[in-house]
Amino acid sequence: MTNGIFALIESILVKYSLVTAFAVVALVVWFSYWASARFTKGHLHGSAIAIFIALLAAGFCGMLTKGKQGVADIAWLSGVGLLGGAMLRDFAIVATAFGVKLEQFTRTGFSGVLSLFLGLFVSFFLGAAAAWAFGYRDAVSLTTIGGGAGTFIIGPVTGTALGASSEVIALSVAAGLVKAILVMCLTPFVAPLIGLDNPRSALIFGGLMGTTSGVAAGLAATDEKLVPYGAMTATFYTGLGCLIGPSVVFVIIRALVG
Amino acid sequence: MAIYGTGLLAGCLLAGLFIGELLGRLVGIEANIGGVGIAMILLIVSAERMRKAGLLPELTQSGIIFWSAVYIPVIVAMAASQNVWTALSGGPAAIAAGAVAALVCFALVPLVDKIGRDKNGDAPTP
Repeated sequence: MTNGIFALIESILVKYSLVTAFAVVALVVWFSYWASARFTKGHLHGSAIAIFIALLAAGFCGMLTKGKQGVADIAWLSGVGLLGGAMLRDFAIVATAFGVKLEQFTRTGFSGVLSLFLGLFVSFFLGAAAAWAFGYRDAVSLTTIGGGAGTFIIGPVTGTALGASSEVIALSVAAGLVKAILVMCLTPFVAPLIGLDNPRSALIFGGLMGTTSGVAAGLAATDEKLVPYGAMTATFYTGLGCLIGPSVVFVIIRALVG
Repeated sequence: MAIYGTGLLAGCLLAGLFIGELLGRLVGIEANIGGVGIAMILLIVSAERMRKAGLLPELTQSGIIFWSAVYIPVIVAMAASQNVWTALSGGPAAIAAGAVAALVCFALVPLVDKIGRDKNGDAPTP
C-alpha cells in the first residue's frame, strides 16, 4: 500500500518535473536564506548557501548516477535540468539587464575588452603550464587543456579543431568545470579583497573569468545587482576563446614547445 | 499584458543569439560570440525607447521583471545540474589547470580595474 502511494507520488513528480523543480528549488532557497540569517547574520548571502548546497547535491548525485547533469539525472528532479539549463539561464540573465543604463557598459569599454583578452591568454597559458607540469608535452594537448582552463566549451572546441585525443578533451572539460565551480564558490569570499563591489569591477571580473555559469552564480552569491555587468563581458569570452584557441594560441604554444 | 514584456525579452534574446551566431560564422567558428550580451543591449535600448513612447506600462514591465526576479532560483538550479562529479574525478591535472586559472584571474581584477581607470580618467561608479 505505502509502496503504491510512493510510486504514485513519484509518477506525478516525474510527469510534472518542471513544477517539481520550482518547488524543490524554492525549498532550497528558503532554507538557505533562513540559514543565512540564523547562523551568519546575513554575512554569507542566502544565495551563496543555496548555490553551495546545489553543487554538493550535484556532486553527490553524480557519484551515484554517474550521469553528467548533477541532480537532473534523477528522474523526479529532471526538471531542475530544464530550469537551470542554458535556455532559461540566458533568458533570466538578459532580464537582469532591464533597467540598467547603457552608459554603465560603454564607460568601462576599454577595460572590458582588455579583461577579455587578458583573461583568455592567462587562462590558456596557465592551463597549458599546469598540463606541462603533469607530463603533457605536445602543443595540441597543451592548447586543448589550456582552452579548458578558459571554459569547458573552449577546451573541447579547440581540441576537436586541433585533433586532440578524447582523453585530453575530457581532461579539458574537467578543467573548465573545476574553474566554473571554484568561481561559483569562491567569488563571495574573494569579492571584498579584489574590490568587486561596483559595475565597473564586475564587468572586468566577467571578462577575466569568462565562465558564464561561474560568473552568473558567483555574482549572484555576492551581489545580485552586479550580475548584468559581469554576464555582459563573460558572454563574449567563450566565442573569442574558440576563435583564438586553435589559431593564435596554438601557434604560440607550438613555437614555445617546439 | 505581462506577456508583452516577456515577448519583448524573448525577442531580444533570440535576436541577440542570431547576431552572435552570425558573428561567429563571420570569423569562421561554430560558436556564439556575445549573443547574450548583445541581447542585453537590445533589451536596454528597446525598453528605453518604448518607455519614452509610452509603450511600456507597469503590467508589461512585470513580464520582464518576473524573469529577473527568478534569476537566483534559476542559477541555483543551474548549479544543481552541474557535472560536479566529473570535475572532481578529472584528476590532478584538470584540477590544477582550472584552479590556477581561476585564482590568478581573481587576482587580476584589481589590476585591470586600475589600468583602465588611469587611461580613461574616470572614477569608479558607485
